[in-house]
Amino acid sequence: MSTILSARKVTKYFGGLTAVGHLDIEMAEKSIHSVIGPNGAGKTTFFNCITGFYKPEEGEILFDGSSIVGLTSDRINYRGITRTYQNIRLFSNLTALENILVGLHSRLKSTVFGAIFNTPATRKEEAEALKEARRLLNFVGLSGKGDFLAKNLPYGDQRRLEVARALASKPKLLLLDEPSAGMNPHETEEMTAFIRRLRDELGISILLIEHDMRVVMGISEQITVLDYGEKIAEGTPAEIQSNPRVIEAYLGRGAATEGMATAHERFTNTKKSQ
Amino acid sequence: MNKLQSSNWFMALQIGVIGGIAAILISLLGMVEEFARRDIIAGVIEMGQTLLLMALLATGYFSARRSYTTRSFLRVIEGGVAGAVVGFLLWLLVQLIVALDLRTIFLNASPALIKILTFGGEGGIATFGLMFTLGILGGLAGALIQILPTRFSNATVQGLAWVALLGLLQDLIRVTLISLPTIGDALQWMFGGRNEKGLSILGAVVVFGVVAGVSVLPSGQSSRIQARLRALPAASQQTVRWISLALAAVIIFYLPNLLGSILSNVFNIVGLYILMGLGLNIVVGFAGLLDLGYVAFFAIGAYVMGVLTTTAIGPQAGQIVYGPQMTFWQALPFAVIISVIAGVILGIPVLNIRGDYLAIVTLAFGEIIRILAGSDFLKPYIGGSQGVVQVAKINIGELDFNSPQKLYYLIILAILLATFISWRLRDSRIGRAWKALREDEDVAQAMGIHLVSTKLMAFATGAAFAGLSGAILASQIGSIYPHSFKLLVSINVLALIIVGGMGSIPGVFVGGLVLVGLPELLREFSEYRLLVYSILLIVMMLNKPEGFLPETVHRRELHQEDSVDARPEPRPSAS
Repeated sequence: MSTILSARKVTKYFGGLTAVGHLDIEMAEKSIHSVIGPNGAGKTTFFNCITGFYKPEEGEILFDGSSIVGLTSDRINYRGITRTYQNIRLFSNLTALENILVGLHSRLKSTVFGAIFNTPATRKEEAEALKEARRLLNFVGLSGKGDFLAKNLPYGDQRRLEVARALASKPKLLLLDEPSAGMNPHETEEMTAFIRRLRDELGISILLIEHDMRVVMGISEQITVLDYGEKIAEGTPAEIQSNPRVIEAYLGRGAATEGMATAHERFTNTKKSQ
Repeated sequence: MNKLQSSNWFMALQIGVIGGIAAILISLLGMVEEFARRDIIAGVIEMGQTLLLMALLATGYFSARRSYTTRSFLRVIEGGVAGAVVGFLLWLLVQLIVALDLRTIFLNASPALIKILTFGGEGGIATFGLMFTLGILGGLAGALIQILPTRFSNATVQGLAWVALLGLLQDLIRVTLISLPTIGDALQWMFGGRNEKGLSILGAVVVFGVVAGVSVLPSGQSSRIQARLRALPAASQQTVRWISLALAAVIIFYLPNLLGSILSNVFNIVGLYILMGLGLNIVVGFAGLLDLGYVAFFAIGAYVMGVLTTTAIGPQAGQIVYGPQMTFWQALPFAVIISVIAGVILGIPVLNIRGDYLAIVTLAFGEIIRILAGSDFLKPYIGGSQGVVQVAKINIGELDFNSPQKLYYLIILAILLATFISWRLRDSRIGRAWKALREDEDVAQAMGIHLVSTKLMAFATGAAFAGLSGAILASQIGSIYPHSFKLLVSINVLALIIVGGMGSIPGVFVGGLVLVGLPELLREFSEYRLLVYSILLIVMMLNKPEGFLPETVHRRELHQEDSVDARPEPRPSAS
């Protein structure tokens, strides 16, 4: 399988603090790859480096074989990377449908003059965009809620809408920042299944930040563990669970042996529940 | 007396004191005296008294609303107590003025004010009874309005508001109706005789009755009409819409004939502000880029028009050294295009500046343009503080647009064009990009929106409308001076957008009529324009921050029939 994203020695400083240090990640196409680590480990900073919100001081990020470091985030969106946010960041005073239409922006071409004169090309494009937006709304299970202002949707719906908005630009790579944060176990399970669907049905590669170990262990093919901006482990869920450095990072030294058992137990539980 | 009750009385006193202070302020600022010249109901009440009455009613109303008790009787009494405090404080003011002659400090504390406050009295101790009683009655009335069921209290308030409004605007109505003799005569009873101002008593009663009646009766009637309209087949709905549009068009077309030259001129001023408002609405309302230097583009449009068309060229004072002496229509495209270029030039350095900082930079830009216009350095080219005179008038062939009534049509045309463009852009790809930018710039960029072109397009479109407005202004007045382009113009335009509703196109019209039209019509206001502005803005921000006509939610998920297959197409692998 070919590599869709590869980060080489990516480094980002904030003042004297190394938020991400010499991080190497290879991500296979159409895989689900998780990035985990304690709070402040640099996971979201890494996301921000990929999407062009930050420019890493050192290192290279290759997407589909070409470098994306230094591109603005709109260019990176055109290349095929979109993301969702840890604290939901919808356009709150636009309707759900309009949020998705904004997500479609990079796929539309109509110009100001086309809009003023309402040319046939613009009209056709707008009609198709609307249709596609409704389809996405349906896909994430929000049909009938398209005319609600985003801020008036319940929490879970807002999360789904954010995914729909991200999907609108037809990404090859989707970055999900804690998609199950604040969800109850049932919703989390739904979200997990939904993420898997995105990969299986739409063929999107997914890079995931997640704290819920059930989700991570349940759907990831590869897991990268960060601590203080450095990669401390990488591997399949089973490998990660038995890695003493990971347990140490999460639970502290001494709890390592104990913690491994708990994590293992959790993992087997996840498997059973499926 | 238990604790709750005593705190209730205390509350009533407190609100009474607040109302009293408001009434005293209104009096000492000179508003009561100044406004006394305009009758609302001829021979009964004039506007200054109306203002005091409003303060009194509000005092009664709020003391009843704030009250902890649920017993209506007690709440009305509390309103009366609060009103009594207002009356007492005003009486105290009168005594102070008589005893101490406050005129050295408060210019408006004059015998005329005392006369108004005491209904013609001299301000002796004896007026206490009258003022105190009136205060109680006003407070009771205010409280009564509050305890009425919502339906009735709304009806009362609306009825009173319409009486006040019609009384205020009776000049406008009377002048307009003179040219329509039949209607004018038919409505003679409503307004007093020729020499009187304000509504007649009968007119006031009828207006109140009709407005209150209409608003009480239906509580479903108007919605029933709406429902019936919605139940009509789509084709007839379309017809209804066309008929109302055609009706509006006829009225707009015929209006200057009714208005006459002076009122047409007022409308033209309002129109130029609306044109600017439509432009700034794109920049601030749609794209969320707070621009405080918007007057700069207005100035640039005006100056380009002035310099390109002026015939006052030569070495003498008041003349500029070079000018191509174009006609209005030749210069108009340049005025708009150069404004657009200025918009882009302003846009480039501020691309990475947000919020408050953007406001400060644009503010500076506006001032720079104004100071440049007045500078000696550029005097040979754009006239310096002596401005540019003899700007070309507008004409098409033999037809000239010199009178306000004719200019009106040109301005309406410009507004229609700007409205149409705003409306088309709002619902387009670029409009969505602007709104996304307003909501969250970082996320908008991450969703593929190109910040540079999107922002520059907003600045450019806004500048184009302002440039057009400025060009028409230059021709209309025939001369331009730097002092016409002060910061206050920017603030006026911004205020009219806020009052109308940010991002709302109809809101710009409402804002323009309220904030520019009313002060022009009510000349007494002009001195208190900024005071009324600030009060209006504060009240708006507290009670209706979204404006009079807020941006409507655009419903588009109506047609669901074509959304059976829920799956979006996968992205083509090669791109």
